[in-house]
Order: sequence, then structure tokens, then C-alpha cells
Amino acid sequence: MARVVVNVMLKPEILDPQGRAVQGALGRLGLTGVSDVRQGKQFVIDLEGDLDAARSAKLEELAGELLSNPVIEDFTLTVVD
Amino acid sequence: MSARIGVVTFPGSLDDRDAARAISIAGGEAVSLWHGDADLKNVDAVVLPGGFSYGDYLRCGAIAKFAPVMSLIIEKAHQGLPVLGICNGFQILCESHLLPGALTRNDHQHFICRDQKLRIENTDSYWTRDYSMGQEIVIPLKNGEGGYVADEKTLDELFAEGRVIATYQDGNPNGSYRDIAGITNSRGNVVGLMPHPEHAVEALTGPSLDGLGFFTSAISSLVNA
Repeated sequence: MARVVVNVMLKPEILDPQGRAVQGALGRLGLTGVSDVRQGKQFVIDLEGDLDAARSAKLEELAGELLSNPVIEDFTLTVVD
Repeated sequence: MSARIGVVTFPGSLDDRDAARAISIAGGEAVSLWHGDADLKNVDAVVLPGGFSYGDYLRCGAIAKFAPVMSLIIEKAHQGLPVLGICNGFQILCESHLLPGALTRNDHQHFICRDQKLRIENTDSYWTRDYSMGQEIVIPLKNGEGGYVADEKTLDELFAEGRVIATYQDGNPNGSYRDIAGITNSRGNVVGLMPHPEHAVEALTGPSLDGLGFFTSAISSLVNA
């Protein structure tokens, strides 16, 4: 079994209103000195069997087509084990 | 002969009935299309209505672009089929890369619902020919993720090529870059618009009849083709 983790974040130049709202809440709840918060998404994908080259390439493709929108987001793909 | 305009219903579509009604009032024949059918029923044009297709899961419009009906619409749109995407439909068109850019969460973090003044900036597209250049219209706007974003180069191109079809007036409701409310592709057959012209076609329920022009534009273009 293989586990792949895909993290998706808005590109740095795209405004993140959710992150900004969380930043405000952290401050109101007593955490001082928060200079920025960006909110992203994490996908934990468990696969049966070993991750071969074909499925690895397919995952990379779908991370850019389905899991993220390359116009506004970047993704990182990590094979955990 | 009246123009046959398809309206797609996805799970979570809200405004498909209003869009169909607007098409009828504008003199066209509205044809219901189902997201799961790879069949366009020989329609002459398609409207992707507002709502929350697939619950807005993942990203607005991200799942809808893979619906069986969308693969046909994407293929035909590249060949010139007129397609109007309203609100969630606009998001689907951007996710499908039929239009550049993306729609992101409103910069002020709130859902907004109000009558919105727009200025028509393009009268060449299939969906805006019945308006006059610079005409101001008022139609309803209702969105949570209506902020239009694109890189500077794309924004410059959209304005230079006259592909911005409408801009927000008297206040930007959602943080859209350069007050963009709607855009078209270079061919002028695919149009995405965040506000809702289908809700402004009858005196009883709308703030104006200003939305009718989007539908009559396409219908007269198709009938005279």
C-alpha cells in the first residue's frame, strides 16, 4: 500500500480571504504577532499495491487537472510510504 | 424557426428554470439538458446556469467540468457553439479553460446579493449584440465566490482585445480585478458573466428588463445565421 499526500495552496499573489479571516481570529483569541495566514487543502490518497510509474504519472496529471486549478493554485505531491 | 437553446441541469443547479424561462420570453425554445447525458439534443446554443453544481465541492465548477454533457459542450464550444455561463456557469467555463482566469472568494468574505449596475463593454459577442456600447444596465448579482482573477498579462489582453463584456459600476461587489463582471473568448461565442441576466426579464420579479438582451442577442444571431 502506498500513501500520497497532495497539498494545494493558492498562489502567493492571489488574495486569500479565508486566511485573512483566520488571521483576524487568531489575533482576537490572544495570539500576538501573526503576520500572515494562508489556508490550503490537503488530500491524503491511499493506493492499493505499490505506486508504479504509470500511476505516479497519472496522479501528477490529476493533481494539476482536478485537485488544483493551475490558474490560481500550486500543488506539492509527496509519497509518504 | 426559433433558436433551440439548451440549459444544463447539474446536481445543485439553482437557476436552470429561470434561465429556461428567460429564453422563452426572449423568443427562443428552451431545451433541458442533463449533466449525465452525453447528448446535446441538437441545440443551437447552451446556457450553463447559476447555482452550486456538485455542492461546490473541491472548487466551484471543478467537478462539473468532468460531467459527460460538458465534454461535448467543451468540444462544440471550440468549434463555435454559443455558450453563456452565468455565475456558477462562469466558474465552470473558467475551470474548463474555455475562458481564462478564475473566480475566487469575495474579497470581503461575505456572500452578496443585490441589484448591480453594469456597463456593457462589448457588443460583438454572440450574447451582447443587442446592447449598445457603454449602455448601463441593472441586474441581480448573488455570489460568494465571484472575484474574477487573472494575471496582469491576461487582464491586459482581455481589455486590449475588447473581450471584457461588462464591468461593475458604482462599487465593485466582490473584488474582481479591474471591475470585470464578464468576459468572452476571442471568437465571441463563449461568454461568462457573474451577475444574473435571467432574473431581470420580467417586471413582476426583476429590478429591470435589462437582462433580456443577453438572450435576444443569441437568438437573433442564430435565427439570422
